[in-house]
This record gives sequence, C-alpha cells and structure tokens, in this order.
Amino acid sequence: MNARRIGALTGLGVLLALPFVTPAYFLHLLIQILLWGFIYTAWSTMGRFGLVSLGHGAFMGVGAYVPALLWNYYDVTPWLGIPLGIVLSALLGLIIGYPCFRLKVVGHYFALVTLALGQVVLLSIVAARDITGGSLGMTPRSIGHSWYALQFPEKRYFYAIALLVWLGGLLVWRWIDRGIGREALEAISDDEEAAAAVGIDVTREKLRVTIISAALTALGGALFGQYLMYLNPESVSGIGVSLQIVFAAIAGGMYAMLGPTVGALLTIALTEGLRVWFGANFVGAANAIYGILLILFVVFMPRGILGWFEMARRPRAGPAPAE
Amino acid sequence: MRAWRKFISAGGPKPIMLSLVDVSAGYSSLRALFGVSLEVAAGETVGVIGPNGAGKTTLMRVISGLVAAFAGAITLDGRSIVGVPPHRIVEHGIAHVPENRRLFPRLTVEDNLRIGAFIPAARHHFAEQLAWVYQLFPQLRERRRQPAGTLSGGEQQMCAIGRALMSRPRLLLMDEPSAGLAPLVVQQVFDLIRRIRAEGLTVLIVEQNVQQVLEVVDRAYLLEVGSIRLAGTSTELKNNEFIRKAYMGL
Amino acid sequence: MDMFLLEAAINGLLLAGVLALLTLGLNLIFGVIDVVWIAYADLVMCGMYAVYWLFAVYGWPLPLAFAVSVLGVAALGMMVHVLIIAPILSSAPINQLLATGGLLYFLQSFATLLFTTDFRNIGVRLPIIEIGGIYISYSRLLAFGVALVGATALYLFLKRTYIGTAIRAIAQDREIIGLMGVDQRRIYLVTSAIGGALAGLGACLLALQYDVHPFIGNTFGPLIFMICVLGGLGNMIGGFVAAFIISQIIAIGGYYFSTELSYVLAFMLFIVLMFIRPQGIVGR
Repeated sequence: MNARRIGALTGLGVLLALPFVTPAYFLHLLIQILLWGFIYTAWSTMGRFGLVSLGHGAFMGVGAYVPALLWNYYDVTPWLGIPLGIVLSALLGLIIGYPCFRLKVVGHYFALVTLALGQVVLLSIVAARDITGGSLGMTPRSIGHSWYALQFPEKRYFYAIALLVWLGGLLVWRWIDRGIGREALEAISDDEEAAAAVGIDVTREKLRVTIISAALTALGGALFGQYLMYLNPESVSGIGVSLQIVFAAIAGGMYAMLGPTVGALLTIALTEGLRVWFGANFVGAANAIYGILLILFVVFMPRGILGWFEMARRPRAGPAPAE
Repeated sequence: MRAWRKFISAGGPKPIMLSLVDVSAGYSSLRALFGVSLEVAAGETVGVIGPNGAGKTTLMRVISGLVAAFAGAITLDGRSIVGVPPHRIVEHGIAHVPENRRLFPRLTVEDNLRIGAFIPAARHHFAEQLAWVYQLFPQLRERRRQPAGTLSGGEQQMCAIGRALMSRPRLLLMDEPSAGLAPLVVQQVFDLIRRIRAEGLTVLIVEQNVQQVLEVVDRAYLLEVGSIRLAGTSTELKNNEFIRKAYMGL
Repeated sequence: MDMFLLEAAINGLLLAGVLALLTLGLNLIFGVIDVVWIAYADLVMCGMYAVYWLFAVYGWPLPLAFAVSVLGVAALGMMVHVLIIAPILSSAPINQLLATGGLLYFLQSFATLLFTTDFRNIGVRLPIIEIGGIYISYSRLLAFGVALVGATALYLFLKRTYIGTAIRAIAQDREIIGLMGVDQRRIYLVTSAIGGALAGLGACLLALQYDVHPFIGNTFGPLIFMICVLGGLGNMIGGFVAAFIISQIIAIGGYYFSTELSYVLAFMLFIVLMFIRPQGIVGR
C-alpha cells in the first residue's frame, strides 16, 4: 500500500459519499463530468496511439438513438437496446476501421474519413426525420422511476450508474495500458512498417482499440440519452461534439489515465462558470474559449495539462505525441 | 549581358571573393565540418574533393545558407554572410546547384529556368539570360515545355546548372555534378564547366570524380571527415602520392 | 429527357462552380503549405457575415461589400497562417488539424456571440431565367460564371507569374526553394492570402443564394474536404473535377430522394472510394 493507493481509495470514498451531501445541481454537474469523462477516456484509448478520430459523434449518435428508438417504437427495454447500440457502434468502427487500416489510410486521411463518418451518421439521423424527429430531436417516452426503462428522476441513481461506468472506463484504459497491446500500439504509432516487420499484426491491434473505443463511446451516448431524456442529432453527432471530445481529451492529457476526466472537469467547469458569470446572454462564449484554448494547447502543451505535470514529475520520456 | 560577363572576367590581380575561416557546421545530431578554412578568388575555379560522408555537401549548404554554421567566418567580398538566409545569399550573387539536381519535377524545363530568375535583379534580364542558357544548352531549348522530371540524367544536370545561371551569379557552387551520370555524359558536363569557366564565372565544385575535376580546376582542397587535409594547385594535387593512390587508383 | 431531371443536373453544375472555387482554395493551401484548414468553411462564413453587414445593414453598394469581404477574408487567411499555422509547421500534421479545429470552434462560437443563431439573408432577389423550359436561378448562373473566371484567373496567375511559379515549385520541393532566391515564408503568406481570397469570393457567391448563420460552415465544410480528398489532396485539377462529380450526385440524388439522403450517399461514396483508392480518383 502506498500513497497512491491510499489517495485513490480516499478519492473513491469521497465520490461515493457525495450524493448524500451535495445538492441536486452539483450532482447534475458531477454526472456530466463522469459521463463526459468516460467518453473522453474512450476516445483517448485511440487518440493516444495516433488514431485521431474527428468523428466520434458517430458512435455517440448510434449508441444514443438505437435504444431510444427501440424503446419508443417497440417498448424494448434499454437493457437490451443499449447493448444492441453498442454492438452496432462497434460494428461501425469495424466497418470503417478494417479497410482504413488494411489500406494504410492514416493520419490526415483517417481523420477526414472519421469526419465524414460523423457526417454520415448525423445526416442519416436527420434524413430519417419521420422516425427520429430530425433536427428537432426526440424524447424517450418517460414512465417515471423505472429500472426496466432505466429512467430515474432522482439524480442519485444516475450518479451511481455514471460513477460505475466511469470507473469501468478507467479500468479498460488501464487494461489497455498494462497489456502487450499498448506496446504494440506505441510501436505502430511510432513506425508502422517497422512494427509490421517485427511481426505485430498492425491491423488487428488498431481494430481492437477502435472497436473498444467505439463501443465505450456508444455506451456513453446511450447513458446521456437516458439521463437527459432528450436526443438531438447535432448534440450527439455534430462536428462540434466530435471536436469537443478531442479538445477535452487533449487539454486534460490523453496519455494519462485521469487526463480525459480532467478535461471533462475543465470543460464543464468552464461552461458553468461562464454561464454563472455572464448569464444566458453569452451563449457561445464557452465554446469560443474552448476553441482558443484548443489552439493554445496544441501549440504549447500537446500533452495536455496532466501530461505537463507528468513531464515535470518524471523526466522519463513517454510516447511521442501523435506522429 | 555583356556588362555582366565583362565584369566577371575583368583582368588584374584576382581579389578573394569567398573566404571560409575555421568554419564548423553540422546537423542537430551530427557535426559534419570541423574548422574548415578555404578561399576562392574571383575568376578562379576551385575544387573540393574527398570521399563520401566527408562533409562536402554540408560545405556547400553552409555557404548557400541552407545549413547554419556553429562557428567560424564566411565572407563574400569581405562581407560576412553567416546567418544570412538562402534567398538573400542568392541576391548576393551566389548560386548553388544542389546535389542530385533537385529540379522541380512537374514544372517544365522553362519554368524551372524561370524560377531560377526569381530575384528582381535577374528578372529584368530574364530574356537575355534565358537566351544565353539555351545557347549553352541547346537540348534544353528543344525540351523546354517538357516536365523536368522526364529528362535524362545528363539533361537534368544541364537544367539544374542552367537554373542556377539564371540568377546571374558571380559565384557558382556545384555539388557533385557528375553524380549518377554515364561516363560520356560526365565528359559533357565537365566540358560545360570549362565553358562556364571561360565565360569568367567563379566556380567552386565539390566532386567525387577526382580525375575529371582536377583537369578542370585551378586549385583544389581535400576534405576528409570534415577537415581539410591537403590543398594545392591542380597540378600539385595531380602529382601528389597520396591522392594518386587513394583517389585516383594509381 | 425528363425536364426536371435536366434542371436538377444543370443546377448541380452551377452549384459545383462555388464548391470548385472553395476546393481550389483548400487544395492550394494543402499543396503548398501541407496543412488542412479544418476551419476553411468558417472563413467563408465570416465572409458571408461581412457581406451581410456591409450591404444589408450598413447599406454599402453590393460590389463594394463584395470587394471588402474578399480582401477581408484574405487578410484573415494570412492571420490564420501567422498566428496558428506558422508556429506549428514542424509539428505532427494531426496537431495542425486540431489547431484549425480549435479555430473552427472559436469562429462558430464567436459568430454566435456576435450575431446570434438567427438566419440572415442579404435580401437580394435575382431573377429566375427560363431557357427552353428549364428554370435556372440567375444567382446560380452568376456564381458559376464568377467561379469559372476566378479559377481561370488563378490558373493564369500560377502559370504565368513569378510568384505563381514559385508557389507551384514550393509544393514540389520545399527545401531548396530558397536557393532560387524565394523566401519561403513570404510564399506561404501569399498562398494563405489567396486561399482566404478564394474563400471570400465563395462567400460572396453563397451570400447571394443562401442565408448565413454561424453554423453554415458545417453544412458544406465536410463536403469540401471530401471533394478535396476525392480529387487527391493538393491536386487542384482533381479537386475541380471531383467538385463537379459530387455536385451532380447531390443534385440528381436530391431529385430522386431527399436532399439529406443524397448527402448521405455522397459521403458514403466518399468512404467507399477512400478504400478503393485512398489517393483520390485523380490522385497525384
């Protein structure tokens, strides 16, 4: 047992105790931080290895809309609907990933393909407006407190779910970090040909991490849908969302386990802070600041805030920034 | 045209045009030149010979500004040109024909020549300079609308030299002009260098083909592992035991 | 021949003009400087707002508003290069994508802050002309004509002028361009200005036909990237051709299905083509 372990357990204890002592408003913020943190972490599992996706909104969208649609039209419980959404999302990741990686579509091109994917999902949702409600969005049919429908008006339940899921995400991150997969992926990100020459199955490693990332993001999207009880194509699959994910992960630091969560803290705190300070008049101010910060981060701190701390603490060089 | 050619072939004692004193240079991970000193007088043709990896190309790049010198002085007509960016060095009258030609492959021959005349001083005399270059290299005129990448090795070398000449230089730097060329073409290239030399241009050539280059230059330096080992007139070097054994296979 | 189909096809052709202009701008910047401005469509948005404010709000004559808008976006392009791109030129390409992504975010949000999300139209109603039973909007025709003229002007500039030749050259060998007496930084600046000017020109033409709002960039931005990649990133002719092909798909697809679906089709086609030929239809 060392300081780190104790620190982590204390942190966990605090998190568990919070719902009993904090007002609903803060709980709402916490849930958002946990869920977004989870999604950002999911993105980072790919991003840290140079597979930068600008279209994760696609996975969020699929993950969110599938269970909601199945519930509204066929009364299928989200307990089935969400896994289905996850599977479909993973499949999407596979369908896009396989050809991309086989054919060495990387870097710029890969980012643009994912951008296009995000657009395809967005436009498909809007085009199917008869069932999805198009740009106006849709609401899952509400039946009050229900485990079957995974709907809970009291925030505490969702807090627990969010906390669990977030912890799960961290575990997955750690699993990837500790596994052989990580070294293989770092080798690939460094020099793909050399990695292949050494016998690493480049395509398989990349696909594995892509599918995981897609599946987790889908789960995050689904939970958001269930929590907010409102879905909107722009807010789950828009470019804005996809970029926000990238920004937060980078700002917080995608090479550290808690980095993306720090990113979530940053973004939520910023939005709320600005809202409190400026009121509703300054819609758009938060995002404008994100934009500038993203630029500044890319220029001055490509490894993010946490990464910067890490660098200060131990001089050992980590993996190179996405090359 | 005439004014330029007369200027560069004026008679009288030849002043030192280019001077390197104790120049050290290299790349971030690797030092290539250690305290190199040499000079080139106006109107002279000087050679730098040496094996692969000796630093010959780095030497050219340091003069033309592509690589920064860590230490030492480089002067042109007495004025320091250390730290001057490459595009300004051209304005001072130094033109560099890079190793491996480095033509713009998808531009036509004429466009490559045109870009050589980019600096304002050269632009005003573009037409006559172009005419002169075509006169020196008739094959280029024939192929002037062809993409430069489709030319043969020898023609590309001519084009690269022509491109450098378009900037109306006083000093021409040539980096391994014979590299990768068939022996017959190498002969043509060196004949060309003789012609350019006859026009009165000052030339600094870096070459691996020792035999050919010693026939063309007035003086030469031997550069090995980043330092000057020998220097002398071409006759002296041709008769030097070491050079004959190591570099001319005699 | 179905008249309406022909009409759709022709209108698609006319739309292509503007898209082609914007594609030229993006390709120029990528081909020369080797960066993709993710926020390019949002520069267009800025130009559209400029036209709106100068013409519809301050009452300037339209041609003047257009001219100022083009110059303004050109200046904006140079600023983007100096402030954002130049500092990270040697960084990994993905960082450049992210930095311009941040710019996208910033421009869209800033515009929302300044102008709110209301749709604004400059209110110029150009007539619809009828040629042989087909109805063509004059503004589309005008846009097409201007785009062609713009493309031709760009072509001549690149082919015939010293700077234009230098721009073409630098894309082929960035390292030794200095040996020709060309200042690389200056060329990059000029290229950014031209890219911006093309965006500004596109903005003027789009303002004639569409409403402007802060997120309008999201509607054609991804489309333009897709067109560029299809034609081969950096390949100006390829992009030009691809613009027309994609516009036709959208126009004809929109005729048979809905507009959104036709976009979906176009994007899916893009994804598929990426796998068959990643370097684009025309390729390098």
